[in-house]
Amino acid sequence: MTNATETFELIVPKEKKFSKMINWKTYFFYFFIYLMATVTILVLIAIIGYILINGVLHIDWEFLTSEPSKMGKEGGIYSIIIGTLYLTLVSVVIAAPIGILAAVYFTEYAKESRWIKMIRFGTEILAGIPSIIFGLFGFTFFVIFLGFRWSILSGGLTLAMMILPTLIRATEESLKTVPRSYREGSLSLGATKWQTIIKVVLPSCLSGILTGLILGIGRAVGETAAVMLTAGSSLGVPHALTDPARTMSVHLYILASEGLSREKTFATASLLIILVLIINMIANMVTQRYIKKAKA
Amino acid sequence: MKAFEKAIEKLLLICAITATLSVVIITLFIFKEGVSVLKDYGIVNFIFGSKWSPTNGQYGILPLIAGSLSVTLGALVIGIPTGLACAIFLSEVAHKRSAKVLKSAVELLAGIPSVVYGFFGLAVLVPGIRQYILPMVQLINKDATTSGFSILAGAIILAIMILPTIVSISENAISSVPIEYKEASLALGANHQETITRVIVPAAKSGIISSIILGMGRAIGETMAVILITGNMPKVPGSALDSVATLTGTIAMEMGYATPEHQKALFAVGIVLFIMIVLLNIAANFTLHKLGGQTND
Repeated sequence: MTNATETFELIVPKEKKFSKMINWKTYFFYFFIYLMATVTILVLIAIIGYILINGVLHIDWEFLTSEPSKMGKEGGIYSIIIGTLYLTLVSVVIAAPIGILAAVYFTEYAKESRWIKMIRFGTEILAGIPSIIFGLFGFTFFVIFLGFRWSILSGGLTLAMMILPTLIRATEESLKTVPRSYREGSLSLGATKWQTIIKVVLPSCLSGILTGLILGIGRAVGETAAVMLTAGSSLGVPHALTDPARTMSVHLYILASEGLSREKTFATASLLIILVLIINMIANMVTQRYIKKAKA
Repeated sequence: MKAFEKAIEKLLLICAITATLSVVIITLFIFKEGVSVLKDYGIVNFIFGSKWSPTNGQYGILPLIAGSLSVTLGALVIGIPTGLACAIFLSEVAHKRSAKVLKSAVELLAGIPSVVYGFFGLAVLVPGIRQYILPMVQLINKDATTSGFSILAGAIILAIMILPTIVSISENAISSVPIEYKEASLALGANHQETITRVIVPAAKSGIISSIILGMGRAIGETMAVILITGNMPKVPGSALDSVATLTGTIAMEMGYATPEHQKALFAVGIVLFIMIVLLNIAANFTLHKLGGQTND
């Protein structure tokens, strides 16, 4: 009995020493953590704020709807907006079905064998490959080997490969949240596995898949290095899959590196940031609704 | 009906393999283009050659490797303490609302395109270093000069860019440390700070280390940001204020106007980069799954 009390006293001191135990080390620790968290938020505000303040006033209707002239020094970015939309659309249309079906395979069909592990590992590696390598590959494979030239098709295929891992991961995550009972219910009613997936499992995680798609779009819009090497940097309005195009991020790079026009550079950067903010907001909204629905 | 189901399963399998197949094709084609230069020029000469001067037919990538590594190391020095502090803040210290603010800030940082970071660095950091940092350095070393395009600028921007990777994976690892660890430590009389630094962080170390490795991979592979702010001078740097060229930046800059032989050399640079990245990814995977198994799953 006495032993136990002694031990207890060792752990919890008799007097209230707790206030004294907060020594300078602890203070510094919390100070550092709060400081770094604050700095991170301030850095974000600084980057977005600086670019928007300098650029947003230069975005007007004319900038959005007129074509660039003198290498982008004057005029607007109409053809570049079209190019960005076109290229993003093509890459998502190619990547979405493959990515979603791949995720379905991983979550619904695959058994944990060494073979499946290898395929999963390959997907992880693909996610880590830097964009410039995709660019090199797209250039030698799509542009030259397959003869697609610098075109929306080459760029779209390259981008599709890049966003595939994002899509697979997001879809897999949302498929995993569908309760087993849904599948069992459907199967016991006599539906086949595929019918269950198409009519029960996929519809109930639609918003999760949508979030993945939106994130993929975000990646495609922001990508520069790979697009520059595969879709070219032509300033014309693209009309067909085989036309070259310039996206907003490539345009921003060229304007910034050649110092053509401060106004246009900031305006393009602002537009790009606004686009990314909107994409993020939509993704968040979809996720929020999804969480609410899952809770209900 | 059964045949149909089987066919569907095969179709799905093909989709699942696409990503892995892509990796294989990418590897094949990058090697196919670049390997001849490695052979003709000699791997040792290529990797340890100290002169990158394509117009003279000199393809030594030591300066490029030094450039990439110095910028990456700088980014890690800034990024690791910041990222770790943010991860601890999110999982252990913050109230719900402030955690939410920081979390969405980090998500947004991940969403901003790299070329925008590069432009920000070009517009703010490069002139800032020239105007404010250089005079400070000159107080100590009178001979210091810089154009502002420097390792320092690249390291700062890359640190911001790898922050989301480090924060999100570390936070995950820290949050998944069993609550019993924390309770036991607190019950033994350790305060919250001691519990975090001596119990929780060590228990989450495998996740934290792999987040750092992945962040390193991102920093080495990053192109558009560094190309705008590091100056693209292929020489081994002497100080943090020197200009450097990186592996990625060199490929992106020179691909447009390269002669066929020069192009092949750039593909060989791509091979080196590719191998570095794949090794880092495997290392990250290994740490996450093999070391300290109690923190994950």
